[in-house]
Amino acid sequence: MTEASPYLGRAPEAVDMDAARKTLDAGKLKGVPVAVKDIIVTADGRTSTAASKILEPFKSPYDATVVTRLKEAGAIIDGKTNLDEFAMGSSTETSALGTTVNPWDPERVPGGSSGGSAAAVAGRSVPVALGTDTGGSVRQPAAFCGVVGLKPTYGRVSRYGLIAMASSLDQAGTLTTTVADAATVLGVLSGDDSLDATSVDYPVPDYRKALTGDVKGLTVGLPKEYFDSAEDGLQPEVKQAVEAAADDLRSAGATVREASLPHTKYAVAAYYIVMPAEASSNLARYDGIRFGDSVERDPDWRGTLEDVYLQTRGRGFGDEVKRRIMLGTYALSSGYHEAYYKKAMQVRTLIARDFERAFKDVDVLLTPTTPTTAFKVGEKADDPLAMYLNDIFTVTANLAGLPAISVPGGFDGQGLPIGIQLMGPHWGEETVLRTAHAYEQRHDWHARRPE
Amino acid sequence: MEIDKQTTRAVARLARLGLSDEVLVAHQAQLSTILGYVQQLNKVDTDGVPPMAQATGQVNDLAEDEILNEHQDTLPVDSPALEGTSIKVKGVFRD
Repeated sequence: MTEASPYLGRAPEAVDMDAARKTLDAGKLKGVPVAVKDIIVTADGRTSTAASKILEPFKSPYDATVVTRLKEAGAIIDGKTNLDEFAMGSSTETSALGTTVNPWDPERVPGGSSGGSAAAVAGRSVPVALGTDTGGSVRQPAAFCGVVGLKPTYGRVSRYGLIAMASSLDQAGTLTTTVADAATVLGVLSGDDSLDATSVDYPVPDYRKALTGDVKGLTVGLPKEYFDSAEDGLQPEVKQAVEAAADDLRSAGATVREASLPHTKYAVAAYYIVMPAEASSNLARYDGIRFGDSVERDPDWRGTLEDVYLQTRGRGFGDEVKRRIMLGTYALSSGYHEAYYKKAMQVRTLIARDFERAFKDVDVLLTPTTPTTAFKVGEKADDPLAMYLNDIFTVTANLAGLPAISVPGGFDGQGLPIGIQLMGPHWGEETVLRTAHAYEQRHDWHARRPE
Repeated sequence: MEIDKQTTRAVARLARLGLSDEVLVAHQAQLSTILGYVQQLNKVDTDGVPPMAQATGQVNDLAEDEILNEHQDTLPVDSPALEGTSIKVKGVFRD
């Protein structure tokens, strides 16, 4: 295993971090360096690899809409960050470029798939990074690295220029050191985009105005299914941190009550059918014909069209990507489609309905982001199912298309960061940010940095 | 749940993944484990529940069929089989 820097490049401009901090505190992005997960394409001459060998030579002729919007706001695209190959992973270990380590403990993973972005922000190499979140890929690494990770409502931010994994679940998100910075960047990224038919024309408020510092009048729900299942392997210190967060929010003026999301236990199973099905279809475009790696780049190579596909894809994709393509192809194939894909999409409906029902009684849901703090490099690398179960508290927001944030919630006995998750109804970013901010202001955890 | 080797090979072919025998066997075992876990979905009563493919209820965002994209000249440049502005692919039955 090789160890990769969270960064894949850095702009030559000297960046004044103190000045960037002042600009961000004023709610602006002019001159602020931003690192971009390398699954978001940039037309700046850097490669856009998705951390895959199959895209190693690929340079995009266009910028993703999120990159365009950052540039228009004056931000500097400072570098591309490492990730699990095609964002498929929860540890950044599946990257073809080598793994990235956790800045709090180099023996541990930074989480994934936006592990490079989270590690770069946690290590204060850059104040803001973009990630993408299909099943927790912004929030889980934010939790593992002790930073703020925001996944907006599906459709809030354009997906144009995000190299697609699962199109009905993918969403761009932010990694920052504070909730206020997340609000600032979200305001810049949000809005309808004619280049992404799934982006939604919904008013973009001034998200920073939502950060009132209190939660008076809000009702916070604790979904019991996120706490009472022994098989989730919920670390006691993580559970205690969420309970302490509930107490904090109560003393900040919120009403806290129990909530119920009865289909939670089926979420990972439904997700690991829906996501691979969409991924197997999306990744069909890497065929060795139009761009990226190809056996045809060797002038002496001979074979048929099908040989180009088989051999290029066979050598270009890593194990986890192949696994998900296989799983998705199986679930979509004749004879299994009804039993797997349709069934998973029906369970998805039931999960979304659970949330609709819960949000009739509460404004925001409070949960752990992950069952445990960061695990060790290699610990789950050979056990795909154990790795998938790490997504248990985050996949639900993607299946239902909801906004969710992970904020620093203290440290465990080993000094590793704990993440607290807050989820809101569709377009409920203001409530999610307001609650997260009020909680953040009661501690200094977000200001601590790894040695 | 046991997925046999023949099915695994058929799925790899459908997915256009050229896998060695050794890799195929590894995938066979992993597919079996993951699909075994997924079987729990059968415990959920989904009679009459509509399948959900879109999370925000959006339907048919229509637009005029116009050529807007400015990337026509740059997009195929990275192809390994470029001839002029076209891509020449290998034969289906022979190279």
